[in-house]
Amino acid sequence: MINLVEPTYLSVVGLLILSIVFCIIRVFLGPTAPDRVVGLDTINTLVIVSMIVYGFVSGSVIYVDVAIVYALLSYISTLFIAKYLEGGEF
Amino acid sequence: MSISNFVDYIAIIILAIGAFFNILAGLGLLRFPDVYTRLHAGTKCTTFGAIFICGSVILLALKMWYFGSANGSVLVIHVLGALIAILVTNPTGAHAIARAAHRSGVKPVRAVVDDLEGKPARKSASKRKEADN
Repeated sequence: MINLVEPTYLSVVGLLILSIVFCIIRVFLGPTAPDRVVGLDTINTLVIVSMIVYGFVSGSVIYVDVAIVYALLSYISTLFIAKYLEGGEF
Repeated sequence: MSISNFVDYIAIIILAIGAFFNILAGLGLLRFPDVYTRLHAGTKCTTFGAIFICGSVILLALKMWYFGSANGSVLVIHVLGALIAILVTNPTGAHAIARAAHRSGVKPVRAVVDDLEGKPARKSASKRKEADN
């Protein structure tokens, strides 16, 4: 029987990249600044998930480690942008 | 059908559910009319899809671990760490964006009742100290 697992996971990476393209369109179109921030936040989560899937397919765990660090750093950046939009002081 | 193929099929089904929800997140981000509804689509759907996709990877990594591959245990633990990072950071980030959008004056489209309307924004610490003195 043929091995179905690796082509399926690679096609899921392709679907996630399609979803990232939708988010990029929203980032360019967005009427207000919070729209763009929402698009960037969604792009961050999708990039993390596709890194995990690609790290599993390629068999190198270093992608998953990079995904963990990317998640935490993107969280910090989202909080800073939200604080800036709110007009608060640091 | 051997047990290995059975685990493969279950993992692919779970993966398909996760990919479906992530595609819905992208479509909802494009089609919804408002910041708050876009936030609803873009955050909840990606969190749900990330849970399912990471669960599928964890299932196959557990299978690799059971059959004696050296990579399996490392993959299970690290993917669990990444999943916990997503689950903690994603809803709190969405909450911060929604609060910032409301305080910066973006109104919900076609909203009938806005409970937070007219309430003053929370004063910053230095201004509160000035008001006390």
